[in-house]
Amino acid sequence: MSHADDHEGTRRDFLYYATGGAAAVTAGAAVWPLVNQMNPSADVRALSSIRVDIADVAVGSQITVKWLGKPVFIRRRTQEEIDVARADNTADNLIDAFARNDNRDAALSADDQNRAMDEAGEWLVMMGVCTHLGCVPLGDGAGEFGGWYCPCHGSHYDTSGRIRKGPAPENLPVPVAVFVDETTIKLG
Amino acid sequence: MSGIPHDHYEPKSGFEKWLDERLPIVGLAYGTLMIPTPKNLNWWWIWGIVLAFCLVMQIVTGIILVMHYTPHVDLAFASVEHIMRNVNGGHMIRYIHMNGASLFFLAVYIHIFRGLFYGSYKAPREITWIVGMIIYLLMMATGFMGYVLPWGQMSFWGATVITGLFGAIPFIGEPLQTFLLGGPAVDNATLNRFFSLHYLLPFVIAALVAVHIWAFHTTGNNNPTGVEVRRGSKEEAKKDTLPFWPYFVIKDLFALGLILIGFFAIVGFMPNYLGHPDNYIEANALATPAHIVPEWYFLPFYAILRAFTADVWVVQLVSFVTGGIIDAKFFGVLAMFGAIIVMALAPWLDTSSVRSGQYRPAFKWWYRLLLIDFVVLMWVGARDTNFPHDWISLIGSTYWFAYFLVILPLLGLFEKPSTPPATIEEDFNAHYPGAAE
Repeated sequence: MSHADDHEGTRRDFLYYATGGAAAVTAGAAVWPLVNQMNPSADVRALSSIRVDIADVAVGSQITVKWLGKPVFIRRRTQEEIDVARADNTADNLIDAFARNDNRDAALSADDQNRAMDEAGEWLVMMGVCTHLGCVPLGDGAGEFGGWYCPCHGSHYDTSGRIRKGPAPENLPVPVAVFVDETTIKLG
Repeated sequence: MSGIPHDHYEPKSGFEKWLDERLPIVGLAYGTLMIPTPKNLNWWWIWGIVLAFCLVMQIVTGIILVMHYTPHVDLAFASVEHIMRNVNGGHMIRYIHMNGASLFFLAVYIHIFRGLFYGSYKAPREITWIVGMIIYLLMMATGFMGYVLPWGQMSFWGATVITGLFGAIPFIGEPLQTFLLGGPAVDNATLNRFFSLHYLLPFVIAALVAVHIWAFHTTGNNNPTGVEVRRGSKEEAKKDTLPFWPYFVIKDLFALGLILIGFFAIVGFMPNYLGHPDNYIEANALATPAHIVPEWYFLPFYAILRAFTADVWVVQLVSFVTGGIIDAKFFGVLAMFGAIIVMALAPWLDTSSVRSGQYRPAFKWWYRLLLIDFVVLMWVGARDTNFPHDWISLIGSTYWFAYFLVILPLLGLFEKPSTPPATIEEDFNAHYPGAAE
């Protein structure tokens, strides 16, 4: 047997690696569904877009709706709140310089005009999740800046939902939201 | 199976011989139970039995609770109340399970600190130590997921904060968090998988406990002197040891009895003392409790998690060097897991040639400081993060890392240890002069 000493590239080697490769692929294919089942199921994904009726929201009040398992604040601001928010565009204690608005360019500044839904700034829609450790801030003029205040670790947000004081690193993010008609907002 | 010479099981009757040739299970049990154990073990060596008892107690009460519990967001809270009010004796079983977790962690912390003092982690017992650390990690995962199941406010928000730790990992954090939760936030999918894993992990722990026992039965127990049992002959070994059964089993069970008196006093008279009243309010995704406080046994590591805020220079340095990839939030997560990893690496960080802390005059003081540090971190972990708590947690966290990464390696080089006794027999006779035969 002239090939007895030469183990390289034999038919047996080929079969060995082919079998090993097939076994690895099969094992991977068998394991993947076991891992993938952990990802969000179809019904959870289906709820990724909801419509909110805002006809009953009076000026100077807010509603909290649950979207993607998290609270969303929808506030109809008073003219005074809008004025304060816009006057503070140039305040020197804005901790986070970005708008954090998923509807706009990520590079936009934290000006109130870049965060509110409409030109006039009456409607402010944002996630009710503190950017520090995920608590729900208190609203209706809470905190030192008349906006929101997180009771967990003392983060103060202004009337535009911008972080002004406390451990939270970012402004309250504005989710993807559009007016579908005069009295309905679609989230997601 | 032990390295210490000892008598082996000899099958006597016909049936025993028949069985032994096919499955040497009686011999295995005999060898495990009759293992030669250093006769100078003190009372700090009873916690292993307490831990074994806790594991069995938690599995038994847990299986019973599952017969009445419903893992669904709409029914979980009500089903726990059903257990408390309607199920015969259900309140007692739940309170035992609830407080049993606390006894479990109390025992594991004493057990770990016993090992840290007497150098039980040192060669040749590194595998025992590492397996023990893995068991401890699994205990924490199990305890955390179990706390979520009653679906109270603390369950929900504790789960939100802790799974948020994974969200802090750069690049893959958010998809990973969604994957772990089964959705964008803690919800029914999360509750169901936590329930499944909370049921599974105790059995994994039980298997690892068997490995843990196997490992230290191979090396033999450590003991307060850190001196090894003499292995020259069976007679020599017998001078240093006594069989585990009945000597140590009876001693350990006596201690367990005393501990259970205290345990049942708490279960009976103050079952909610260690819990949080907010967990008797059903979970609400739209309202956060005023203070989110983890269970007491997580507090030291929770304090380390919160200690490294963005204004600490180490955090700023690391953030600068990594180009912002490791920010304050992720740094805190790394510090928390790092605190456990450095403890697991103790066998390789401790350079001292003397095993037991009894014979290390300087080590004793650093070790006592570590104990105090642990208690202080536990205390500060339940406080808010304002001054002076931020400084206390930062100093406490720094000492924790300094102990393992600086003090343990350096002490072995500079410390002058005193001389341990030559044999365990000598140590034993010095304590019990009358007992010498």
